[in-house]
Amino acid sequence: MDTAFAPEDIAFREEVCAFFDSAYDDDIDARLNNPDPAVFQPAIIEWQKRLFERGWIAPGWPKEYGGTGWDDTKAFIFETERASRGIRDVIPFGLKMVGPVIYTFGTDEQKERFLPPILNSDEWWCQGYSEPGAGSDLAALKTRAVRDGDEYVVTGAKIWTSYAQFADWIFCLVRTSTEGKKQAGISFLLIDMKSPGIKINPIVSIDAHHSLNEVEFNEVRVPVANRIGEENQGWTYAKALLAHERTAIAGVADSKRTLEMIKHYASQEVNGGKRLIDDALFQQRLSDIEIDLMALEFTDLRVLASVAAGGAPGAESSLLKIKGTEMQQAVQELLMEVAGYYQGVLPGGPEADVLGHEFGTRAFKSYMYGRAATIYGGSNEVQKNIIAKAVLGL
Amino acid sequence: MNFEFTEEQVMLRDSVARYVQDDYDWDTRVAIANSETGIDRAKWQTFAELGWLSIPFAEEYGGFGGDAVDVMVVMEELGKGLVLEPYLATVLLYGGLLQKGGNPEQQAAQIPPIIDGSTLGAFAYLERQSRYEIADVKTTATADGDNFVLKGEKVVVFNGANADQLIVSARTSGAQSDEQGISLFLIPADAAGVERVSYRMMDGQRVANVVLNDVTVPASNLVGTQDAGHELIAAVVQEANLALAAEAIGIMQQLNAKTLEYTKTREQFGVAIGSFQALQHRMVDTFMSFEQAKSLLYRAVCALTDDQEDEVQAIHALRVMVDKAGKHIFGEAIQLHGGMGITDELDIGHYAKRLMMINTTFGNRDYHQAKFNALRYN
Repeated sequence: MDTAFAPEDIAFREEVCAFFDSAYDDDIDARLNNPDPAVFQPAIIEWQKRLFERGWIAPGWPKEYGGTGWDDTKAFIFETERASRGIRDVIPFGLKMVGPVIYTFGTDEQKERFLPPILNSDEWWCQGYSEPGAGSDLAALKTRAVRDGDEYVVTGAKIWTSYAQFADWIFCLVRTSTEGKKQAGISFLLIDMKSPGIKINPIVSIDAHHSLNEVEFNEVRVPVANRIGEENQGWTYAKALLAHERTAIAGVADSKRTLEMIKHYASQEVNGGKRLIDDALFQQRLSDIEIDLMALEFTDLRVLASVAAGGAPGAESSLLKIKGTEMQQAVQELLMEVAGYYQGVLPGGPEADVLGHEFGTRAFKSYMYGRAATIYGGSNEVQKNIIAKAVLGL
Repeated sequence: MNFEFTEEQVMLRDSVARYVQDDYDWDTRVAIANSETGIDRAKWQTFAELGWLSIPFAEEYGGFGGDAVDVMVVMEELGKGLVLEPYLATVLLYGGLLQKGGNPEQQAAQIPPIIDGSTLGAFAYLERQSRYEIADVKTTATADGDNFVLKGEKVVVFNGANADQLIVSARTSGAQSDEQGISLFLIPADAAGVERVSYRMMDGQRVANVVLNDVTVPASNLVGTQDAGHELIAAVVQEANLALAAEAIGIMQQLNAKTLEYTKTREQFGVAIGSFQALQHRMVDTFMSFEQAKSLLYRAVCALTDDQEDEVQAIHALRVMVDKAGKHIFGEAIQLHGGMGITDELDIGHYAKRLMMINTTFGNRDYHQAKFNALRYN
C-alpha cells in the first residue's frame, strides 16, 4: 500500500506544470474570471485553442480522434494541476459530452464533419436533454421528431440549456416513438442552432447571471444524416455518455483551491481585533470541511487506483458526485461567511479598489450558482438511488 | 500508487477473518464477556500460535517485523468480531513501549513472553484528573539509591486486572502537566504495594484502577529515557490511534452489512423495509460515511509508513472522522433495526458501545480536532 505515483507519471506532471506556467498568465486569468459574457466567451475559446495547439484539449479522447491517449492516471494528474491553479475547465458540451458520443457511435462522415471543430473550438455546442416536464425523469421527454423523407421535423422544448446563446449546434434527445418503454423510443440528433424554428428564451439564474436558457423547437427540420446511431436507440448512447466522465468528477482539486483561498482571506479579515483564522469556531468549521476533503481526496485516489488496475468504475462515480458536490457547496458557503457583508454585493458594480473588497462578488456567484451542482448531472437523490440499487442491492 | 494488500497481508487478513467467523461467534463472545476475567486465555494462546501476537515486534526477538499496515489488517478483522482479548493493551501498548523504548535487556526478557502468549501486559497512563491529556501526571517516582519509589493512582487501565506486567507513567520532574519530566516504569503486577480494583466497561472490557503505595522498583526497570517518557508515549499512541481506527472501520463495516441484510428481510406493510426510499438513502449515507472513514485510514496509514510530514495531522483527522462516521453509522444501525436495535440480546448495540469506547480512547473528537486545528491553522 503506497501513494507514490510512478516515475513516468511524475515526469508527466512536470511537463503539465511547465505548460501551465508558460501558457496561462494573469491576463487570460482575469478575462476567464470576468462575469461579463462578452469578455468571458472569447477568452475561453482563446484558452481552449491554446490547449488544442499543445495537443491537450481532449484528455479523455483516444489518440486516433485527436485525443491525448492518456490513461486515467495521467488525465487525473492533468485535471488536478489545472484545478489547483484555479484554471477553469473547458466548456464540456462538445469536448466531454457530444464528442465522445460521436467518435463512439457516429458514422465516418459525422466524425469527419463534427470532431475537428470541437477540438479546435471553432464550433460551440450545447446540450438538449432536460425538458420542462422531464428533469430527473429524463426518459419522460416529449420533444418529438417526426420522419418526413430524409428529414426529421422536431417540435418541443428543452430547458436549462447552458450557453445556448453562444451555440452553433445542439445535441438533443428526441422522441421518435411512443411504443414500448419510454426509454425505447428516443433518438439522438445533432441540430444546427441556425435552423429556422429555433427560439432561445434566456433564464436568469439565482446568481444574477444569464447562462441558462429554454430552447424552443417549432417544426425544425433536421437531416436524418444528423442522427447518431440507430433510430430509437438514443437512450443507450446518452447513458454511455454519462459513464464517460470518471476521473476528477469529485472536483477535489477545485475545492482544495477554494479552501486555500478561504484560509488566505480569513487570515486577512479581522473581527473584533482578531484574525478570523484564529477564531476557534471558525477553525472548527474550517477543519470540519478540510477533514472531509482529505478523506474525499483519498476516496478519489482509491477509485483511480482501481480503475488504473483494470477495475470498472461503477457506482463509485455516484459516490464521488454526491460527496464532491456536497464539499463544493460547503466550501462555497464558508467563503460566503468570510466575505461578511460583501457577500451581498451584486456583480457589475464598482471595481474592488473602490468597493473596498475583492472577493465578495466571486463568493456570491460561486455560492449561488453552486446550488446547481447537487441538481445537475443526475440530482444527488438520483445518485443515491443508483448506489442503493447497484452497490447495496436494494 | 496502490491500495492493495500484499499477498502476505491478504493471508493474515483471511486467517484472522476465518478465526473470528469460525471460533468467535456471538454466543462465544457473550460467554467470554460474562466470564470472571472477561477474556479467554486459551483463545489468547491460539492467537500466539497463529502468530498474531508477534506482528509488530522485531525479528530478533521472534517477531514478525510488521508495519502499521499489518497491524491495521489484524485490527480491522478483530473489530468485526468484537474480540475482547487484550490485543491493544498487551501487544500494541505494553509491547509497543518495550519495542520502541526498551533497552536490549528489557526487550530480550519481556518481548518473547508477549509473543508466546504467556505474559499479558497493560499500560497505566490515565489519572483521575487527566481526562485526555496524557502529560497530566501526578503520580510520582522518586529516586532512592538504585531504586525508584512510585506513589499515586492510575485509572481506567485497559486489561489492568488481568495483566501480569504493567508499564506505568510517573512524574520524575516538572509540574503536573509538563510533557518534560514523565518517566515510564516496568512493574510486575504482583509487586508489593500494587493494589488493583477491577471493573467492567460498557464494551465488555475489564479495566482497573491501580493504586501505587510506595511501590519500589530497581532503576533498571525504567523504560526509555528518564524524564523523556512523553515522547515515547506519543509515538506508541500514534500507532495505537491507527489501530483503533482500523478496529472501528471493521465495526462500521459489520454494522452496515448487518443493517443492510436486516432491511432486506424484515417486512412491514407487506414488503421488505429495504424497499423504502427513505431507508435506502439513509443506508447510502452510512455507506458513504464508511468509505470516507476508510479513505482517511488509508491516508493516515500511508502517511505513517512513508513517514510523511503531515502524518500527525492525518491521524488526528482520522480520529475526528472515525468519531463522526461511527456515531452516524451506529445511530442508523440502531434506528433501522427498530425495537430490536435497543435490545441487549442483539449484537448491534454492542458494536455501538465498542465504537463509543474507541471514541474516548486517546481523545475524543473535540480533543483531536483541537490538535488538528492548532497544527494546521495556528
